[in-house]
Amino acid sequence: MIVWERRPAPSRALAWATPVLAVALTVLAGGVLFALLGKDPVLAIRTIFWEPLFGPFAGYLRGQIAIKAAPLILIAVGLSFGFRAGVWNIGAEGQYIVGALCGAAAGLALWPAETRWIFPLMVLAGTLGGLVWAMIPALLRVRFGTNEILVSLMLVYVASNLLAWAALGPLRNPEGLGFPGSRNLRQWASSANLELVPGTGLHWGGVAALGAVAAGWVLLARHPFGFAVRLMGQAPRAAAFAGVAPSRVVVLCMALSGGLAGAAGLFEVTGPAGQVSIDFAAGYGFTAIIVAFLGRLHPGGILLAGLLMALTYVGGEMAQQRLNLPAAAISLFQGMLLFFLLATDLLATHRPRWRRAAPSASPLPAAAPEEAR
Amino acid sequence: MLTRRRLLATGATTATLAAAGLPVRAQGTEPLTVGFIYVGPIGDGGWTYQHDQGRLAVEEHFGDRVRTVYQESVPEGADAERAITQMVLGGAGLIFTTSFGFMDATVNVAQQFPDVKFEHATGYKRLDNLATYDARFYEGRAVIGTIAGRMTRSNKIGYIASYPIPEVIQGINSAFLHARKVNPDVEMVVIWVYTWFDPAKEADAAQAMIEQGVDVIMQHTDSTAPQAAAQAAGNVFTFGQASDMAAFKPVPRIASIIDNWAPYYIERVGAVLDGTWESHAHWGGIPEGEVEIGEITEAVPDEVRAEAEAMIEAIRNREYHPFTGPINKQDGTPWLAEGEVATDEQLISMNFYVEGMTGQIPS
Repeated sequence: MIVWERRPAPSRALAWATPVLAVALTVLAGGVLFALLGKDPVLAIRTIFWEPLFGPFAGYLRGQIAIKAAPLILIAVGLSFGFRAGVWNIGAEGQYIVGALCGAAAGLALWPAETRWIFPLMVLAGTLGGLVWAMIPALLRVRFGTNEILVSLMLVYVASNLLAWAALGPLRNPEGLGFPGSRNLRQWASSANLELVPGTGLHWGGVAALGAVAAGWVLLARHPFGFAVRLMGQAPRAAAFAGVAPSRVVVLCMALSGGLAGAAGLFEVTGPAGQVSIDFAAGYGFTAIIVAFLGRLHPGGILLAGLLMALTYVGGEMAQQRLNLPAAAISLFQGMLLFFLLATDLLATHRPRWRRAAPSASPLPAAAPEEAR
Repeated sequence: MLTRRRLLATGATTATLAAAGLPVRAQGTEPLTVGFIYVGPIGDGGWTYQHDQGRLAVEEHFGDRVRTVYQESVPEGADAERAITQMVLGGAGLIFTTSFGFMDATVNVAQQFPDVKFEHATGYKRLDNLATYDARFYEGRAVIGTIAGRMTRSNKIGYIASYPIPEVIQGINSAFLHARKVNPDVEMVVIWVYTWFDPAKEADAAQAMIEQGVDVIMQHTDSTAPQAAAQAAGNVFTFGQASDMAAFKPVPRIASIIDNWAPYYIERVGAVLDGTWESHAHWGGIPEGEVEIGEITEAVPDEVRAEAEAMIEAIRNREYHPFTGPINKQDGTPWLAEGEVATDEQLISMNFYVEGMTGQIPS
């Protein structure tokens, strides 16, 4: 029988190998799923992973992957710091929405002025909006010891109601015949966040995402804040001895993740989405949580994970259209990725050992699996 | 075709593609690819299900001359534009985008691909290659509003509303006007759920109405969750929406408004095949067979059924328009004079409740 033993120290090599293994297992299990649905599994997997990158329409789709990955990476880099320190900001979706609302409101207040200062102002307003929204769960935790998971998550629903209210009320396009939704920010030169190089899909949000990856890397590896975050996550007592103030880390982690989520929302509302509408929120804030873990909470890993996640979205849409796969099958396929990642994580922290079937009375083997968790 | 592939492979932008003027349809050899972008799952049993029935009717009618593709549960917003573009790149020559929220995305893609034909449901933006189509759901609402007014015992009828856009407001006003016409004591409770399809929210809304004493529920959302909530409560009547929702017959579902898109889809696909397609704003209703009233069950007394059927006939023969004056706005100001009929322009920009409605349209 196999017994799982906790490793003295997590295997570094396996920590990086498990995401690859998880992807491989997802492909296998996904193939079985697609086959059960009566579709050619090889063709389906090929359509999801190969077609967007190297197929006949790759010229268009590669840019789309970049567009889809940018907000995921930007948000996930911010979240990764908190997750390392044990600060669980689950409400990035809400911060993303509030960022978009604040940024759009700041810009629309100046409509129809034409000056290049408007866009930077909107980015600032968006970042601050997300940051302030994240401060609510942060300060409640620091002051009153509330659970930031619950508070940040519940604030997502508050934010989506704010979004509906803004799209129907204060931000509604006065020339929109009464239909909900703001003016189109992409068609207003001052606020338009368009592709910087045509065909690449790289807009300012993509630039910000790359910047966040680089800055995050430096912050994590070289800066005292990165050290404090890592220490607080791995050894809270040691962190206390090292002079790390837990509330300061909580507030800074929430501010960082909220600010980046808010900026992502602003880049999205001025770019790919184009307007504040009731359906603006597309779940990037939640998907970014998967991206953060898939990327091993490391900025470099998050960059790759974000691109992979975007690939499954774009490829998944291709598969839906080409093979008439149901949308739910694609969501299931994406869900498997997180499932297998968590499952294979066991390999990094534990090692399997073969044991002969225990002689009759020994209590040890029976107890071992429980110890392992 | 070959040119297009090569262009794409070399990473050309869609703008260049549009300039190069793609897909000019090959001469009759290849089937026409017809695409459908759906807002919900095809199994929603309501709105998207009916559009998909239209797609299947197109396949059956044209056989080998067409190939259909679809993508379901496409979010309204940034993702829709990519979904539509992918369909164009996949070779679609005609694309139906079947929800209001796809409007700007459809316009953007249509501008880039002037040789592909687009049809957007329930919107108001048109181009030379982008037509709009809609159905006069308010005609059906007049009929079920009449039934609701007769069937309620608590004199409270409910309306689960999706988004405060003119199409939905027309429905609320039409249902309310006709319920009031047969029952002057009737009041309408409106709950806005801000979704077209979310069984949990729809069920919550239905439950909240039932607790307020509502005993007839109408819905402008696509799932059967309100029907299930009404069934569980007992003594509450509902109407199938978009689709017949026949599984809930004979109660709580006592009648239904069915959207039948098949005739329109067949006509428009045929027009593309013949080369006679032109952009237009189409708005069909009961007379065109696009809006149908499903079976009125035995739970409805015969005289009420006769009354409803008479109204269907009158609308079918264009003898009766559901918005015929005198009608005042909610604040009491006159909207339509005695005998005056609302114009389509007045209807497509409707943003007010009629007199007698309580509550306010969210804004």
